[in-house]
Amino acid sequence: MRYIPHTQAEIEQMLDAIGAPSVDAIFATVPAKFRLQRPLQIPRAASEQEVQAELAALAGRNACLETHDWFLGAGTYPHFIPSAIDALVSRAEFMTSYTPYQPEISQGTLQAVFEWQTMVCGLTGLDVSNASLYDGASAAAEAVLMAMRATRRSRVVVSGALHPHYREVVRTYLSGLEAEWVEAGRAEDGRTQDLAALLNDETACVLLQQPNFLGAVEDVRAAAALAHAHGARLAVVVTEALSLALLEAPGSLGADIACGEAQSFGVPMGIGGPHLGFLAAREELLRQLPGRLVGETVDSEGRRGFVLTLSTREQHIRRERATSNICTNQGLCLLMATIYLSLLGPRGLRRLAETNLAKAQYARRRVQGTPGLGLPLPAPTFNEFAVRVPDSGPAALGRALDQGIVGGLDLAAEAPELGPAVLVCTTELASREAIDRLVAALAGRPR
Amino acid sequence: MSGPPPPARASNAGNGFSYEEPLLFERSRPGRTGYSLAELDVPEVDPAQVLPEGSVRAELPGLPELSEVDVVRHFTRLSTWNAAVDLGLYPLGSCTMKYNPKLNEKVARLPGFASAHPLQPPALLQGFLELAHQLEGALAEVSGMDRVSLQPAAGAQGELAGIMMIRAYHEHRGERRHKVLIPESAHGTNPASAALNGYQVIPIASGDDGVLHPDAVAAVMSDDVAALMITNPNTLGLFEEHIARIAEIVHARGGLVYGDGANLNALLGIARPGDLGIDVMHFNLHKTFSTPHGGGGPGAGPVGVKNVLAPHLPVPVIRRLEGSEGQGYGLDYDFPLSIGRLHGNFGNVGMFVRAFAYLRSLGPEGLRRCAEMAVLNANYLLARLRGRFHVPFDRPVMHECVLSDRSLAGTGVTTLDVAKRLIDYGYHPPTVYFPLIVHGALMIEPTESEGLEGLDRFADALLAVGEEAQRDPELVKRAPHHTRRSRLDETRAARRPILRWQPER
Repeated sequence: MRYIPHTQAEIEQMLDAIGAPSVDAIFATVPAKFRLQRPLQIPRAASEQEVQAELAALAGRNACLETHDWFLGAGTYPHFIPSAIDALVSRAEFMTSYTPYQPEISQGTLQAVFEWQTMVCGLTGLDVSNASLYDGASAAAEAVLMAMRATRRSRVVVSGALHPHYREVVRTYLSGLEAEWVEAGRAEDGRTQDLAALLNDETACVLLQQPNFLGAVEDVRAAAALAHAHGARLAVVVTEALSLALLEAPGSLGADIACGEAQSFGVPMGIGGPHLGFLAAREELLRQLPGRLVGETVDSEGRRGFVLTLSTREQHIRRERATSNICTNQGLCLLMATIYLSLLGPRGLRRLAETNLAKAQYARRRVQGTPGLGLPLPAPTFNEFAVRVPDSGPAALGRALDQGIVGGLDLAAEAPELGPAVLVCTTELASREAIDRLVAALAGRPR
Repeated sequence: MSGPPPPARASNAGNGFSYEEPLLFERSRPGRTGYSLAELDVPEVDPAQVLPEGSVRAELPGLPELSEVDVVRHFTRLSTWNAAVDLGLYPLGSCTMKYNPKLNEKVARLPGFASAHPLQPPALLQGFLELAHQLEGALAEVSGMDRVSLQPAAGAQGELAGIMMIRAYHEHRGERRHKVLIPESAHGTNPASAALNGYQVIPIASGDDGVLHPDAVAAVMSDDVAALMITNPNTLGLFEEHIARIAEIVHARGGLVYGDGANLNALLGIARPGDLGIDVMHFNLHKTFSTPHGGGGPGAGPVGVKNVLAPHLPVPVIRRLEGSEGQGYGLDYDFPLSIGRLHGNFGNVGMFVRAFAYLRSLGPEGLRRCAEMAVLNANYLLARLRGRFHVPFDRPVMHECVLSDRSLAGTGVTTLDVAKRLIDYGYHPPTVYFPLIVHGALMIEPTESEGLEGLDRFADALLAVGEEAQRDPELVKRAPHHTRRSRLDETRAARRPILRWQPER
């Protein structure tokens, strides 16, 4: 086995040192009746060449950005990924290290996390960021738990325009705790309904997605004012992190917590994971943050360095009284995003967001000008929006697929009130020509 | 180090090719960029014209302006500040820092895995669904469980899923139980996961021999106990030999047994948790199944269950289609008793691909060989270190061995000092001060990746540090001496937290 170095002579030498007659004998503390008396029933070992071929064959049976034009987003976004990212994260010193428990030999990871925390604070307009969470959905759940701890309240008001998977995950996380779940409906324009009637003095937090699942840009400022009037916290969820380059920072609009998914920042779609949950908050919530935090300090000679800090919040110290049970973060994905944002910088990121907006505006105008299609929701949007189709979502998407286009998400389950409709996302990967073909296919008029 | 360093302004590095590296933000120069974008092929849009008034931001603080060269040098230099498995032994106990095969990285980057979407129609995702279904089956076989869900994103989320399923099981039977039993030697995630389910944690002490005894469990087991959480082998590296009897005691009062799979590496092909009375367990793909630890993640924490808990598995469930449904695999959401969804998508799919490639590369004999060599290595280290270091539970171990700080008594040297001094010898230290039940614990897990001469060098280093502790304690207490940063002031970091860079005001 090429991953295991031991030769037979070495094994015998080691057994001698241990004083055991055989390898089997060193398992003596496993009672014989518990020992597996047969080989595991899994496929025989294959050579490197065979495994590579087998995996390539499996991969070849998935549609992907290399095989199709792509307009499907809905929480996982197709963006271009610069080459430098994979080259750098493939450095073994990043890839094959672990949580930086020993700061003297982990400054590379620690400094990168500190840089990530700085970038998240800048993008969200908030004071403190952690070292990432599993994904956007669990970040939303952790945000709610934070708000419940901070307010010692249990009523949670969740926008019905929050990504449906996020709503499911938050509910799952809350299922073992005393929490009251209130779901706000959607207004006709695609935004979350007026929250005033749902808030009371038992409310811990409002959870609002920006832009929301249907692409609509919400009024965060108004939601913050309402939440604060009741002593509740506003948590803004962002699933398309690129929108942060264009839309006003949640913190500047009054949000107490911003969280969500930063996959758009250089992390491959990867069939949905690993992605990159982020979480930032106002200073007053610092002690309620879940997960790892990196802080600046000095070494014994006064030189700047970085360490994991405030770990008394965490499970390995606090056990059942920890702020969360989380142990790992998404270290390598965080590194991808930090490299991505370093490459783009403020102007590159803004320009990219404007490009996404321009593509979407072009597509919207094409939709409006095409018989059989329409824009059912008048609310303003960023790079994703609902399109009404003439017959049914699956039929329209099937026509797109026939043209080699993954055309979006059928909205029949999530937004039946729109009639037959699909959710379409246009990023920098969408060429004008592909948008034209998509619009024609959705309308049922092959060009 | 000898001789004065070159003048700072002229030097590229702190010491020869050991590079100092400022923060990204300090390297920033207005006007630089590391990105190029194609010319826009649609009309320009003024954001203020299409977005609501006051919703467009004016500036983007917190991002640097750098060329691609700047960025590549920055992160390449940062990488040189890290210890890593590919540089040498990384014997972090309970973390199973084994070698991460390069093939796995290559196949995970195949476009059909890396740039496919979780919501594309299942018909366009058959390669992934087949891989996931096969991986679930293989993990079930390895563990003796009936069903597996790959969804949890890490071990701690797998624990959360497992305890949620246990709660759902009791609630479905009309029972409301309030307690979970957890040995004092358990990982901190165990009690934290129980608490997230609203359970009260009842700690149980292990016996003088380091393992859990049936009478200790029987003494606290009641109709109010939902589950026992147990790690086997435990965090002392010892096989919990009474596990089956303990499971009987828990089951007799209607409770279930959760198995923390962090230490599964020791059991591959040797024994199966499902045959020992475990009802539900998680796997750490980033420990046992060789996916990279990535400086803290991403991990993956699939959860396996016996059939009694299968109705409560997270959704969606990946299922082979039957009869009129056609060929291939589909996604099934129709599980009314499911605990629901834990991840926004399917979990950390990239890790599934790597773990699958690993299982295919090893096969049944290779997996068993991992366990055998990992256990041989731990026992060999114990044989080399016994006598010089105090071994609190001196019995044959499984995948790791735990030393206490008793042999350091009177020197003023602590376990932390020993750990820091090991760094000077070129080793990432073992896990320290865990498990909590061993005073000043040093927890060493060599894994199967290390050969004899590597183990000997590590043992020699640890023995040398032990001698230094007696002969020259100050040398050890001030270690590390040869790193680019000496000991960092963690108290200062916590007292006045600086958690982001801010421009000089």
